[in-house]
Amino acid sequence: MDYFLTEEQRLLQEIAYEIVKERIRPVRAELDEKEEFPWAIMRDLAQSDLFGIWIPKEYGGLGMGILENCLVVEQLARGCIGIATTFAASGLGAYPIVLFGSDELKRKYLPPIARGEKLAAFALTEPGAGSDVSAIRTRAVRVGDEYILNGTKQWITNGGEADIYSVFAITDPSKGPRGASCFVVEKGDPGFFFGKKEKKLGIRTSATRELVFNDCRIPRSRLIGKEGLGFIIAMKTFDKSRPGIGALGVGLAQEALDISVEYARKRIQFGKPIISFQVIQHKIADMAMKIEAARALIYSAARYLDTKADAPDASKIAAMCKVFASDVAVQVALEAVQVLGGYGYMRDYPVEKLLRDSKILQIYEGTNEIQRNIIGQELNKEYGRIKESFIR
Amino acid sequence: MHIVVCVKQVPETQNVKIDPTTNTLVRQGVASMMNPFDRFALEAALRIKDMDRDNVNITVITMGPPQAKEVLIDALSRGADDAVLLSDQAFAGADTWATSYTLASAIRKLGSVDLIICGKQAIDGDTAQVGPELATLLDLPYATYVSRIEFLEPRVLKITRQTDEGTAVWKVPLPALLTVLKDVGIPRVRSYRATLRARRYEVPIWGISDLRLSKESVGLKGSFTQVIKVFSPQRAKDRTFIEGSVSEQAARLYELLKKQGVPGL
Ligand SMILES: Cc1cc2nc3c(=O)[nH]c(=O)nc-3n(C[C@H](O)[C@H](O)[C@H](O)COP(=O)(O)OP(=O)(O)OC[C@H]3O[C@@H](n4cnc5c(N)ncnc54)[C@H](O)[C@@H]3O)c2cc1C
Ligand SMILES: Cc1cc2nc3c(=O)[nH]c(=O)nc-3n(C[C@H](O)[C@H](O)[C@H](O)COP(=O)(O)OP(=O)(O)OC[C@H]3O[C@@H](n4cnc5c(N)ncnc54)[C@H](O)[C@@H]3O)c2cc1C
Repeated sequence: MDYFLTEEQRLLQEIAYEIVKERIRPVRAELDEKEEFPWAIMRDLAQSDLFGIWIPKEYGGLGMGILENCLVVEQLARGCIGIATTFAASGLGAYPIVLFGSDELKRKYLPPIARGEKLAAFALTEPGAGSDVSAIRTRAVRVGDEYILNGTKQWITNGGEADIYSVFAITDPSKGPRGASCFVVEKGDPGFFFGKKEKKLGIRTSATRELVFNDCRIPRSRLIGKEGLGFIIAMKTFDKSRPGIGALGVGLAQEALDISVEYARKRIQFGKPIISFQVIQHKIADMAMKIEAARALIYSAARYLDTKADAPDASKIAAMCKVFASDVAVQVALEAVQVLGGYGYMRDYPVEKLLRDSKILQIYEGTNEIQRNIIGQELNKEYGRIKESFIR
Repeated sequence: MHIVVCVKQVPETQNVKIDPTTNTLVRQGVASMMNPFDRFALEAALRIKDMDRDNVNITVITMGPPQAKEVLIDALSRGADDAVLLSDQAFAGADTWATSYTLASAIRKLGSVDLIICGKQAIDGDTAQVGPELATLLDLPYATYVSRIEFLEPRVLKITRQTDEGTAVWKVPLPALLTVLKDVGIPRVRSYRATLRARRYEVPIWGISDLRLSKESVGLKGSFTQVIKVFSPQRAKDRTFIEGSVSEQAARLYELLKKQGVPGL
């Protein structure tokens, strides 16, 4: 289907898919097996300029929007969402600086992230604060010209590999959710340590680590925006990034469909290719419909969010993209394993990895339950504002 | 510093077909690509540019039919600064000499050049002659089969060569010409910005009048050699497998060679 993309947008897709074909597909199984961080591919992505996607031009980026980010990560996800997540997490880590950082912070941190010389990470979750982000306990106390951080962050993507971290911490415990703030912490800052790399079900090439702040001292100028803006920064960042999680789902599902159809056309049972069985046709038809619906939602939502920066329903729309497409990804990956039968279950074929990988999309960047809460609560508010009655 | 990279467009398929009547390569309907070794030549140049982005300029040059422009666009998309296409009816049918002669004229026209990098060989013509011939015509020192390029001084290279005899390390003063192996580094992916620029780049096309060359000095007319016949070699059917321990095998091989009258045995 033609989504009327511009020449530039098509070129982004082309370049990202070239990297998938030439660099990612040949190594994805090995990286997964060895749980090895994809540094070589990060360097390819750096050379492709793609790390600059949503960093403003004046800071060395391409100055593009949510749609372009979605187009790129969708393609990368056809290769491996462990790699695509690593890539996307750097953008996620940079976004608080892009949105709320001072010119000084932007000038210092954005150009190397745009060039792909340094990776960024986004550190919100803690052992006691997952879905309930307001429960974070990491403290930042201002002492003179410095902030001193103490606490632990858990399951941080790119932890240990990234150089630049957007870290959320409580500056004023008396103010509840308005007492959180966001800081830039650099790898190497005194008192900043990393835990071991987590062993995971999927996206095993991506690094997920604990961050430990033990009297970690950073200059006062590392505060992003103002004190108390922490959760606003987090939510605004998620509004930009959640369609991208959906796009990861679309790309992964597309790969699962491509492999399923190709396989079903070749696999002979009962004397004919299994694609001639109506059951298989219906399976792939459902897979294809769901993927196209998810893609159409994400592209139009991304265009909308890009053109209307302060859309009042931004959180709802972004959440819809994330939930719908990640659910599609899990369903499609599961069906792909079924279409390939026993071969699908074997590590010799890529679909078992797609199934293992897909599950994370329903969990990180806010679980799908939490997204549905956001959508439901927003609907409740919207309808509370409508005076007209629909019930006669 | 100005680097010229010579790139050739070759058929994408490994099993090149030959027209039995004209004895030339069947190019119609065969997709083309950049000669794989020339991708390494470009990568070698780009790595030098990475060291000093503002002061290194890379020009890619190819001689070929109008569609050879594609390999130049590809090179620009990976970071080359400029490109020149040498294309003229009169260039058709060039042998390695006429090819080198034409390339040499174009490089002279480009003005000051510090380093020329070629691939080890083209995967279709396969002669590995163009690089050394070009250096000879331009009166430049050259090194072939280069696997590594380093700088000793701003204008002196330390290069590593892989030959049948072993590895050699040479000091090469600039200007010079190198032909490279795949060891120089994995060719990089396309960059978004460079590809956008490449798509809008107007590739200059130089013909015999631009190079002030006579029709007689280029193409088929300027060639000393002509392809009379091209054929796939007959497969040797005689095959003997020698088994046993290493010393038994050696003894048996010696016997066999002696029986065949190999001189010196
Ligand atoms: C591989 C990986 C990478 C990650 N990367 C990052 C990162 O880079 N940065 C970062 O900050 N975090 C990261 N996370 C953390 C991730 O965002 C959290 O795991 C997620 O927000 C859920 O929190 P939790 O795991 O503590 O689950 P919990 O909050 O404990 O939830 C457990 C279950 O209860 C449900 N639930 C909880 N509350 C409600 C409710 N109110 N209503 C309905 N259901 C509810 C949840 O949906 C879930 O099903 C990562 C996690 C993983 C696994
Ligand atoms: C239509 C046609 C007719 C031909 N007719 C004849 C003929 O009659 N007699 C004959 O001997 N040969 C003929 N050839 C083959 C021709 O000689 C060789 O293709 C050409 O000279 C290059 O030699 P090579 O392929 O062996 O390159 P090599 O010497 O193996 O290439 C080494 C390196 O030189 C550079 N290089 C080579 N060719 C070019 C180029 N065109 N532009 C830029 N850089 C280049 C590249 O860096 C390459 O890696 C013909 C070719 C064509 C396409």
